[in-house]
Amino acid sequence: MITSAAVAIAEARIGRLGESVYSGRARTILERSYLAFRSSAWIVVLTGFLEPVLYLFSFGYGVGKLIGKMEVGPGHFVSYAAFIAPALLATSAMNGAIYDATWNVFFKMKFDRVYQGMLATSLGPLDVALGEISWALLRGMVYAIAFMSIVGGLGLITTPWALLAIPVAVLIAFGFASVGMAVTTYMKSFEQMNIINIVLLPMFLFSGSFYPLTIYPGWLQGFIKALPLWHGITLMRSVSLGLISAALLPHIVYFLAMIAIGLFFTTRRLTKLFMR
Amino acid sequence: MHKESLIQAKGLTKLYGDFAAVKGIDFSVHKGESFGFLGPNGAGKSTTMRIIAATLTRTSGEISILGKDPAERGPEIRAHLGVVPQQDNLDQALTVTDNLYIYGRYFGLSRKFIRAKIEELLDFAQLVEKRDVKVETLSGGMKRRLTIARALISEPEILMLDEPTTGLDPQARHILWDRLFRLKEQGVTLLITTHYMDEAEQLCDRLMVMDKGSIMAEDSPSGLIKKYSTKEVLEVRFGSDKNAEVSPQLSTLCERMEVLPDRILMYADDAELLLEEIRKKGLHPVTSLVRRSSLEDVFLRLTGRSLVE
Amino acid sequence: MRQGSLAVVDTERAIKLGTLFVVEARLRTMLHWIFSLLTGSLLNPFFYLASLGIGVGTFINSRAGSGGVDGVKYIVFLAPALLASVAIQDFMGEVTFPVLQGFKWEKLFFAMNATPLSGRQIALGTYFSAMLRTVGSVLIYFAVLVGFKAVHPAQAWPMMLTSLFAAACFAAIMLAAAAATENDDLFLNLMGRLLIMPLFLFSGTFYPLTSMPIPLQAIGWISPLWHATEIGRWVSYGHSIPGTMIAIHFIYLTVLLVVGLLWAFNRFEYRLSK
Repeated sequence: MITSAAVAIAEARIGRLGESVYSGRARTILERSYLAFRSSAWIVVLTGFLEPVLYLFSFGYGVGKLIGKMEVGPGHFVSYAAFIAPALLATSAMNGAIYDATWNVFFKMKFDRVYQGMLATSLGPLDVALGEISWALLRGMVYAIAFMSIVGGLGLITTPWALLAIPVAVLIAFGFASVGMAVTTYMKSFEQMNIINIVLLPMFLFSGSFYPLTIYPGWLQGFIKALPLWHGITLMRSVSLGLISAALLPHIVYFLAMIAIGLFFTTRRLTKLFMR
Repeated sequence: MHKESLIQAKGLTKLYGDFAAVKGIDFSVHKGESFGFLGPNGAGKSTTMRIIAATLTRTSGEISILGKDPAERGPEIRAHLGVVPQQDNLDQALTVTDNLYIYGRYFGLSRKFIRAKIEELLDFAQLVEKRDVKVETLSGGMKRRLTIARALISEPEILMLDEPTTGLDPQARHILWDRLFRLKEQGVTLLITTHYMDEAEQLCDRLMVMDKGSIMAEDSPSGLIKKYSTKEVLEVRFGSDKNAEVSPQLSTLCERMEVLPDRILMYADDAELLLEEIRKKGLHPVTSLVRRSSLEDVFLRLTGRSLVE
Repeated sequence: MRQGSLAVVDTERAIKLGTLFVVEARLRTMLHWIFSLLTGSLLNPFFYLASLGIGVGTFINSRAGSGGVDGVKYIVFLAPALLASVAIQDFMGEVTFPVLQGFKWEKLFFAMNATPLSGRQIALGTYFSAMLRTVGSVLIYFAVLVGFKAVHPAQAWPMMLTSLFAAACFAAIMLAAAAATENDDLFLNLMGRLLIMPLFLFSGTFYPLTSMPIPLQAIGWISPLWHATEIGRWVSYGHSIPGTMIAIHFIYLTVLLVVGLLWAFNRFEYRLSK
């Protein structure tokens, strides 16, 4: 019997680890996102990173005038804009990743049935998960670079360490995208999807974006420090202000754990949803 | 001549909790034939199709597709198949060409191979002029043809079509049937589910009639009609309330009779003659229709229910 | 027994009360979401007041000798802006999504139009049902403001009316804009990024508009939120503004209302008869 090219390609992977969930072609999902992106409205892409920039202008200057300088270490004061900029970048990395990995994924799952089509080919669910998340990260990275260029243009960058803000933004986005996508695969209705928004808003408002946690009572501080965005903001603020130390490691580990757990559950759920 | 068997199932069963969607069915599909699953909604056709497509795991029983077990060799088996689902799942964000292209990429095919293949498929699906159009603007028939073209990008041995013409207008259906005939001529094995008689009669060499997860009968369309029905059928209507009332008087006149809420079906080899006899009895139906037996009649005979409810 | 539409349908009544039927239909739909709506309306003010009013307020109020902002505590300064902002956002949401849904996603308006309902009635029905929902949000929000001691209820209650009024004026424009929209994705994206967000952030919401450079102040001048906030601050704690400015705020908002509704009627009728 003559075997087609597609069969030969699939058979070449026999015996590989995880062959039933991963075909090693996550990049084709990335390619698909690029094709879809090419035809999307440029203004939507261009305005995508506006939110943190607007917050920076509004809060950094307006509220900054009322609030004055912030103390980030013993005797180390920075302008209010420089204080909130890293938090805004961390939050925007989270929001972008969540948007791509939740609403977008939800639509594709429920309405467009895009994944159904993908999984009818020799792709596996892990290809789809990795591909979708990679795209979210790529976009997040571009937006982070754009944001940091503006922050730099405003003279708010004072240390070369601030360049690390870009990989940190990607790390934060990866964590949220993995967990967000995993959560989305359990969601059934728009009503449930709305819960995601209800959870995100307080996380943004209370995770130390606008002022240090020290004004909160101890129990609340403890709670917030268990939430991912606080880790993201703290990590981002430290690298942006050049406060590098081993104390940053737990934050990094926190996000690595989110990534691993998120990917594990996403793959499991996609397998269950589309293969059972 | 011994026929090469591509798909073989024995005792194939799928349970959802207590509900048995497929109840231990046996069948085999030969290379190059066009094999149909006929039955109403909920008969277990789509479930069976999805098990074959390696996107659904069976509960028990045996199935092999090209000698492989779909539960274990999913990606490999899917590489052999072209799948056309009941509802189109084209990528709405992409153009016609990009849909074909990216689907080929999902199989890992080279760009060069796909580029060449796209031209052939656009031509086959009569979509050359629509090549750079976004799929959301296509008509229902065009979308269906594109979905079929997309399924062919990897040159599959088996093309699976789930209710290929549901929701299409008559003209679009005929175009689609014509395309499927051509594939068959090229030696592609077709697996079709349908609840349309005419479609099953037009497209399938062999049919498996399914109801409530079981196989009711299996033969060629004409074989089924010969076996389970008469040559002709007379349909008479006496008005909504009167059908049941007159039916006892009619039952002696024909071989077999089905009283439906809106009409009475009478089975005979010469239906014109039968109508004469009814009139002789002084009964005058509001409308009457003489037609050839179809698979609908076969289904009614086998299950006591009509196919489209 | 079948009586026929001439006997069953009271044509005159159907034509006269059409708007009410649309309101009823919309409210029934909203009922499905009531849990989300309520939690949103309740949690949103709570979060903003706790985080910004109290949190940021702590830093602002404690700054060397300042008595807060505009002579009052920061949370008092913030309250009228947040109330107006939630009124505007909720009203706007209820006139945009249902309209996109009605014309584009589910084409419900065309089904309504196949009954005796006119385009104008569908527009008004959508608008009034949105208003009812906004009344609910404003009441809840005000109660939370009172709970946070951000407003003095006896003195500040008219602020609910002025916020609702401002929201109603702006929503008229958005009703028309949504009805004029063909590209829904683009509309929603740009509405969020170029309208809701800048208005929220640059309307003197979090600090006096005058502390911004002039080009950025211009966003505030055209923003209904700024006009609503100025009126609200005047009502709530006697923020001093000249009488002519108060008149200008009201006139500007009224113009939005009239232009918006006329444009909306026109768009609804056009879209339904196209």
